[in-house]
Parts: sequence; structure tokens; C-alpha cells
Amino acid sequence: MAKKNVAKDVPAAARPVFEYAPAPESPAAAGELATSYGHFIGGEFVDSSGSEALKTVNPATEQVLAEFAQGTEEDVDRAVAAARAAFADWSALPGSERAKYLFRIARIVQERSRELAVLESIDNGKPIKETRDVDLPLVAAHFFYYAGWADKLDFAGFGPNPKPLGVAGQVIPWNFPLLMLAWKIAPALATGNTVVLKPAETTPLTALRFAEICRQAGLPKGVVNIVTGDGRTGAALTAHPDVSKVAFTGSTAVGRAIAKQLAGSRKKLSLELGGKAANIVFDDAPIDQAVEGIVNGIFFNQGHVCCAGSRLLVQESVQDELLDALKRRMATLRVGDPLDKNTDVGAINSAAQLARITELAAAGEAEGAERWAPACELPAAGYWFRPTLFTGVSQAHRIAREEIFGPVLSVLTFRTPAEAVEKANNTQYGLSAGIWTEKGSRILWTADRLRAGVVWANTFNKFDPTSPFGGYKESGYGREGGRHGLEAYLDV
Amino acid sequence: MSTLAAHAPGVAGGGLSDVAASEASLRRFLHGLPGVDAVGLEARAAALGTRSIKTTAKAFAIDLAISMIDLTTLEGADTVGKVRSLCIKGKHPDPTDPDTPQVAAICVYPDMVATAKAALAGTAVQVASVATAFPAGRAALPVKLADTADAVAAGADEIDMVIDRGAFLSGRYLEVFEEIRAVRQACERGDGTAAHLKVIFETGELQTYDNVRRASWLAMLAGADFIKTSTGKVAVNATPPVTLLMLEAVRDFKAATGTQIGVKPAGGIRTTKDAMKYLVMVNETLGDDWLSPNWFRFGASSLLNDLLMQRQKLRTGRYSGPDYVTVD
Repeated sequence: MAKKNVAKDVPAAARPVFEYAPAPESPAAAGELATSYGHFIGGEFVDSSGSEALKTVNPATEQVLAEFAQGTEEDVDRAVAAARAAFADWSALPGSERAKYLFRIARIVQERSRELAVLESIDNGKPIKETRDVDLPLVAAHFFYYAGWADKLDFAGFGPNPKPLGVAGQVIPWNFPLLMLAWKIAPALATGNTVVLKPAETTPLTALRFAEICRQAGLPKGVVNIVTGDGRTGAALTAHPDVSKVAFTGSTAVGRAIAKQLAGSRKKLSLELGGKAANIVFDDAPIDQAVEGIVNGIFFNQGHVCCAGSRLLVQESVQDELLDALKRRMATLRVGDPLDKNTDVGAINSAAQLARITELAAAGEAEGAERWAPACELPAAGYWFRPTLFTGVSQAHRIAREEIFGPVLSVLTFRTPAEAVEKANNTQYGLSAGIWTEKGSRILWTADRLRAGVVWANTFNKFDPTSPFGGYKESGYGREGGRHGLEAYLDV
Repeated sequence: MSTLAAHAPGVAGGGLSDVAASEASLRRFLHGLPGVDAVGLEARAAALGTRSIKTTAKAFAIDLAISMIDLTTLEGADTVGKVRSLCIKGKHPDPTDPDTPQVAAICVYPDMVATAKAALAGTAVQVASVATAFPAGRAALPVKLADTADAVAAGADEIDMVIDRGAFLSGRYLEVFEEIRAVRQACERGDGTAAHLKVIFETGELQTYDNVRRASWLAMLAGADFIKTSTGKVAVNATPPVTLLMLEAVRDFKAATGTQIGVKPAGGIRTTKDAMKYLVMVNETLGDDWLSPNWFRFGASSLLNDLLMQRQKLRTGRYSGPDYVTVD
């Protein structure tokens, strides 16, 4: 646990020999924050037509970082009009010219990565270690990767000269604000579309900073537009008649509503929704590495990961050994200040999400599962949840079925490979899964039978722009990333 | 009884005492240990390497690292004068600051043990001697045992032996086991005490992580006090993933038997930054119990001066330079 948390509840004699001194990243590295923000439309920062403003807070301190506009239908209309006006010229550019802009954006993201990492950490609550080592390198990699495709679309497998769709309306979640922006914007621009993007209402700041980067890169006006606001703004965007393509990442409930809203329209839709991934540990697994993979699978980003390995399926014959090792490892997780470079688990993104996690964890106890969490004191201010483990979980428990989207792991057991596959697939979701075994043939046998968009073998939560990502069943449809990710933005 | 031991065939419920009853049972046990996923192991070692150790934590870790050094000279060109000067360095690493901790041991070839012992008389600094036809280990067993007994007779407090990698790689585990046993006997002084035995695997020659885990259990079962990565004489010496794997092995061995074994990475650890990474691995894999020179050592020569320069920097706020630490 973080140093400051140890002092209170551990007697002096039991304090660790080797305590890490605070190693805080400077919040000033995030750059200047305005007190209030408008939208980014047609290459300019503009005020909203309405007067309603929302606040974004630092979830680790509950301090207000800035106010931002609640986008109105009129704002959305202006943004879509700007994107439509820019579409003709942008889509007519040779792919190699569009690529230059994307390469430029990628390089600026790299150059400003420290600033963006700190800003993301402050606005989202995730540890600086993750924004620095995972989010920002992947953001740049996505722009580099799709920049490479822009002049090679003839060879992407969709026939000669595939055409863009038009204006893409994109609505993204709060768990990886800048990375989800990159997943959406990079392929859209590479294929010649223009974009109106709405960031989540708890994490708008890095998208607004990205707008500055678009200007710095000299991106033509109107190619990228950012409109902030809550779900009302998102609904106005997805409903807008001049939007040709809707891309949404978020909850299954909202995804379902969008699918209904768009039914019968000519809009192309891709949805990346919830998950309840099974992480399957066979008795011949490399135990120490499996433990790392389980920890990374569910506690990475506070469990705010749609593909999180939230159900651990462990073979009964190694259950005790594995759980002992897992608990020992969980006790070393450092929970606390997201800007401390040694923090492993940061703050829960919002009070609402904390309430949801708390409610589901309480349901787990009420339904008879056994709850365990390492002893660690949490900071007084901010939104926090201990890394938590439930054992004795059955398929009938809510914590085995519903997406918790927090640092809560449900442990179930199985006896045979067939039972593992059956339980893993027995969910409404199908986004990801993990397999841990030293036996290659078992990896292939299991992966063939899992109904999940991504199956990791002896690893978990590994992302790469070249690899397609997306779900089965209620986890959504369409793929993002890789060559497959181009299809969502092409008229094919 | 650890479940890890139970995991290995042939020992469930029976303890570890009869594991080495035969070549077959030893082989079954070692090959029944859980596998090591190389990608995952290396990723974990790299992740621990990103810990940020600053200010008070850095000062603590630098002093701890100095106190864990086996300050080493293992050259054909070693002389009495060279060994003596290294011993003086080990006693007083920084002449400008008497509060600097002493190193744990001076590590030399067997013929230099008497010299080192005399130079270190009256201090807590130990004398460690390599033995058993170091570094290749290519000699007949009686020669290796004589080499060991000679070093012990000359006063060595610790013996760093090498395993027979040829025997290990050709699967003759029991031969390696019995050789370690025999060397351990040769470490006895006849008064009921014995020199501490460190067993060197030369992990750069064992190559695979599965081999390193097997060698670790083999040596611990045979009675090693310490397990050590390397001689420093081959292309690949201590690495963070290999060391992490050995730390996990001693952790599991203690859980299985109650016996605590030490770990010594050696070769290629030259900077304070490297040393910090190793101490973080010890801290987060094993915790307080191993954070002492009794249970963790660095086999190194140039590391000490880098630690001293960083120590001076923390003390004075200024970087000095190589002319402000002694070259011995």
C-alpha cells in the first residue's frame, strides 16, 4: 500500500523495511487548464449555444478541474455541418496527403505525451504509470498505424478505391479517454471521413487538448470536431440526419438504445459494449505468470476495462495454490495517489461508478459469496475501492453475470476443459477471454470453442493497433483496430 | 506444506525428503514443477524495474546495497597487493564518510583466501572463495572437493561453488545433487561449523527459465545456503528475470520446508539504478525477511563505486565524479 496509508493501521515495528518515498509526478506538467471550455467546431474553440455547463472533477481529490459546455442540439448541428463541409476536400485528398496529417498528429502526441499523460491521470483517476506506459504509447501507435493505411486502401481487401462514408459521429467512454479517441479518429480520418466526437462527461479534458493538437498539426478545419456534454449530447449526435456513421463504445444499455434509434436509417453502426471475460487457469498453467495475468486482467485501470478478466475460472485441483498466490500478490498492490509513479491502482472514475461497484459487491456478499480484500487504508477524499476478490461464486450470482466495471474479481472453479468452456461462454457478453496453460494444443482447443472477440493465451489485456478488437453477442459488433477496423469507416 | 510442492508428482503428502531417493524420483519432481512463461516473467521483471525510488528510499536502498556487496576480484592477474587493497576498500568504502556501511564480503580465488582473511581480521566483512574448479567446473570430483577444503582450511567464511552444467544439461540431475552434497560436506570445518555454501548455476549456460527453476530447487534440496546466478565469466550473467525467478523459487521453498535460502545475482550489475531494480524485486517478491546481507547479495566489482557516487550526491547535493571515489 502507499506509504501514507501504512502509518495508521500498522504498528511501527511491523512497518516495511524498504518503504518507497513519495514519487509524485508534477500536476503542473498537465499544462494550463482553462476555467471553462466550449466546443471545438470548424477548427475553432467556440462557446455553446446553450448556457448549461458541467463540471469535471479530479476523482482522486474531488476537486473541480474545469467547467465545460453541455452540448445542445444546435451545437451538434453546427459541428456536423462543419464536418460535412470539410468532407469533400478531405476525402478528395490523396491518401498519402491524409497520411501526412496523421503522422504529424502521432508525432505531436509523442512529443506532448508527458503533458497528456498527466492530464489524463488527473481527469480520469488512473495511475500515471498506466497513462505514461500504456495509454499514450498506444494512442501514438494507433495514429502511426492508420497513417500507414491511408494510401494503401486499395490493398485492404475491400476492392479498388473504397469510398469513405461521410461524417462519423463518435461517442466514447471515460475509461480510456484519449485511447478511445485514437481508436475512433485514426481509422476514420485515414479512410477519408470527417468526425464529430463526443467525449464522456467525466473525462472531456484530453479530447479538448487533442483539439489543440489538431490545430498544431494544421489539420484542415472541420475534419475533427469535438462536442462535449452528457448522454443528451450523444443522443443528439447519433440521431443527427447528416451523420453517416455512428461509432459507440460504452455500456450495453446505451448501445442497445442507439441500435434502436438507428434501425431503419442508412447509418452504418459499430458498437463496442460491455464484457464479463473469463480468465481460464488450467492446472498446468505457469502459476506465477498466471497470477500476474489475473492481476493485470482485473486490477489494470481499476477494472474499468470492458475486456477485463472479471471472472476467474480456475481448475479445482489448483484452486488453493492459485488463490494463496493471488492474495499474496494482491497484498502488494499500491493503492493511492494516481500521480505517484509507484501507484498500481488509482481512483474510481466517478461517484456514480463507485456506487455501482459498491452495490454489486454488496450483492455478492448478500448472495453468499466470500469477500476478501487486502488490508489497506484508502485516502479520505476521492473515490476509492479496494482490490477485491470473491470466492465461492457460482454462475447464478449477480457478480458472475453483471459487468461490475471495477476492481472486483469473481472466482469460479471448473473440473474439466469442457466445463471451463461451457462456463466461460455462459454469459450474455463475448468480448474477451484468457487461457493459461503450458500445453499448446489445449490453448488451441479452448480458443476454438470460446465465443469471444479476443482470446489471450498466457497473457491478458495486451493491445496493439494491428490487432482487431470487438465483441460477440451483447458485447457489440464491428471491429476496431487492424485491417478489419477500416471496414467500419468504408462504404463496403 | 506448500501446495507448490504438492503440485510436483511424487511428493504429495510425502514431503520433500525422498525426492532425491533416485534419479527417476528427482527427475519427476523437477519436471513436475510449474512451467515458466518467459514473456510473462520478463514483463513482470520489467514492470518492477519502473518503480521510482527517490530521496529517503534511495538513501536507504543505497546503503543496503553497499552492505550486500560481495566485492569481487577473480582475475588471473590477482596479487596479494591487489587483494589487500580491495579488502581495505571493503572495510572503508568511502574514506570521506566513515558512516558508509562496509560491504558484506570480499570474494576471491582460493589461493587468496589467507591474504584476504588477514587483511579483514577484526572486521565483520566475510571472506568468500570461489571453488570447485571455478568458473567452468570441469574437473574430477576429488579435485573440486580438495579445492573447496583448501579454501575452507585457509579460513573462507563462504564458498561459491559452480554446478556441473554439462551433467545438468544432459539430465544427470542426481549427479549434480550429489556433487552439491559432497561440496557441502567439504565446507565443514570439523568444529561443528561450516562455511556458507553458495551454489552458482551459470544461468547464461542453462539458457531456459524452466532450467533455472529446476536448478534452483535441485540446489536448495541438496543443501545450498544461497543460490547464485552466474560466475561473471560468460556472455550472459545476472538478469532481472532470472533473478526474479530465483527469488520466487526461494519463496516457494520456504513455504514448502520452512527453510530460508539466500539469493545472489552476480555479473553485469554495475549501476545504482540496476541495484535499485534488484532490491525492488526482493522487496515486492519476498519482503522484509530477505532485505539483509544475510539473505541477499550482489556479486559485483564496479557497482560499489557507482553506489558511492550516488551516495555522495545525496549527501552533498552535487555530483562528483570518478576521481572522488577510490580505484582499487
